[in-house]
Amino acid sequence: MTVRLGVPSKGRLMDKTFEWFAKAGITLSRSGSDREYAGAVGGIDGVSLVLLSAGEIPRELSAGRLHFGVTGTDLIQEKLPLWEQQVDPVQELGFGFADLVLAVPRAWVDVDTLDDLDAVAAAFRQHHGMRLRIATKYHRLVREYLRQGGVADYALVDSQGATEGTVANETAEAIADITSSGETLRANHLKVLSDGPVLRSQATLWRSRVADLSDADRLVARELTERLTAG
Amino acid sequence: MISRAQTLARAASLRAGFEAAGAIPAETPVLQPADTLLDLYGEEIRARAYVTSDALRGEQMLRPDFTVPVVQMHMAGGAEPARYTYSGEVFRRQEHDPDRASEYIQVGYEVFDRTDPAAADAEVFALFSDAVSGLNLRSVMGDIGFLMDAVQGLRTTDARKAALQRHIWRPRRFRALLDRFAGRTEISPARAALLSGEAALCEAPHTGRRTGQEIETRIAALRADAAADPLSAEEVGLLDALLNVRETLPFALEQLRDLAVDLTSVAPAAERLAARTEALEKRGVDVAALPFEASFGRTSMEYYDGMVFGFFSADRPDLPPVATGGRYDALTRRLGGGAEIPAVGGVLRPGLMLELEGAL
Repeated sequence: MTVRLGVPSKGRLMDKTFEWFAKAGITLSRSGSDREYAGAVGGIDGVSLVLLSAGEIPRELSAGRLHFGVTGTDLIQEKLPLWEQQVDPVQELGFGFADLVLAVPRAWVDVDTLDDLDAVAAAFRQHHGMRLRIATKYHRLVREYLRQGGVADYALVDSQGATEGTVANETAEAIADITSSGETLRANHLKVLSDGPVLRSQATLWRSRVADLSDADRLVARELTERLTAG
Repeated sequence: MISRAQTLARAASLRAGFEAAGAIPAETPVLQPADTLLDLYGEEIRARAYVTSDALRGEQMLRPDFTVPVVQMHMAGGAEPARYTYSGEVFRRQEHDPDRASEYIQVGYEVFDRTDPAAADAEVFALFSDAVSGLNLRSVMGDIGFLMDAVQGLRTTDARKAALQRHIWRPRRFRALLDRFAGRTEISPARAALLSGEAALCEAPHTGRRTGQEIETRIAALRADAAADPLSAEEVGLLDALLNVRETLPFALEQLRDLAVDLTSVAPAAERLAARTEALEKRGVDVAALPFEASFGRTSMEYYDGMVFGFFSADRPDLPPVATGGRYDALTRRLGGGAEIPAVGGVLRPGLMLELEGAL
């Protein structure tokens, strides 16, 4: 048995994660070619690296197939109900910052807050005979946020990409999506509501609370945790 | 462990009891069109109901309750007056509490009768009270009609009344609106500038389906609201006093009648409650011991607009209610396509009853 560590398999998130582990003297690398999703671990014994999509890491942690994994807070909270019981945040990594925000057209000068959005949803439904559509892929998080905010008369429509474009295309009136700089929002003439984000997310190292560990693995897991949280 | 066979047997005997009380059995499909439920309950129903779909019929939901399909069936051509009973599975998604069942048997009784609402309320409450007697349950009654009438009676604009009415079942949003209409919420500088017409023109191009005309209409509505007098502290205080009524039924009735001296809009509701109390006594309900809470049912019982009631285990507060019900005249209006009929009913959970009996 080894302690299985899941890391995003491509792009900046993978590179930054590798750098972050390197600071603790743990070298993660892709073995073989760039196209092969196999990894190698140096600087610590008994840990194996699993490269997979950041979106699948929550599921693998909750199924106990990974002992540790790096992924965003947004994905953990969207994909895992009662996430606190399944995973434990070990360390925030200080990159991959992204806020899940609600945004509406900037031309809506009468809308600054959730309170306004709710009033507009009521009027929109009366005028158009349909609920105000909010495009997102974060259905659970957004629905829960709007429920707590007491917003009614909206509909969530699924959008797995190019969400900012849905308003201009008239497939949604508002959006809820991850933004890091807000540039894409501005380019699409959207603005963020002032109530604060639905969720603030960053890349985080998670520990599965359900994965089995042998006694030997337990020592490795402790060493890994200690070295990664020492900084 | 209670077996499914035991639960079904209990469901059948409860249903037989309701048939003996004059109800005819009703059957409804397990798959319900999602549109109707989404229109009624909004997107939040997706957190509570299982959604499935096929290419031809689109989204369907596994029956989250019987009330909506039974009302639809009745509105589509039921005789009048009518009493229905049913039993079968309902399905509820559970995202927060793994101990709650996602599939369970419900038995219900619904009355559609115009003649004497107080008597119909008492009939339903007494039937459910009898059905669960011996289980050491805590009962509670409420009445959403008080708050609805109080909102309609506020000395303020129709727009504000409509906004409050829309959020009767969302207490936090209701409270936020009340505070704003009472002038207790600070206006942001950006909003002040918009209202005074001093805001810089928005340079962003128009995008999306909501038109410039709609934006202008809303700004006009915001200005009209800003110009309207705030709700008086006295009226807000009376609403608070109403929501805080929590007594056994005879004392609650007394308090509500006292309140109705100043809050005259709730006087008819108080008289309805008096008539219901009398009808309950006639049915042998011990009204002197029946708790009444004016705010009961506001968070969980959307579309009930008169009497609401619940029966809870006194020993197991972790369990969901064993029985709930109430009056839902407004629902028949929403589903009736112009028609409406006063309606009242409730549901029981035979599985929970057996579980509690086992623990006695």
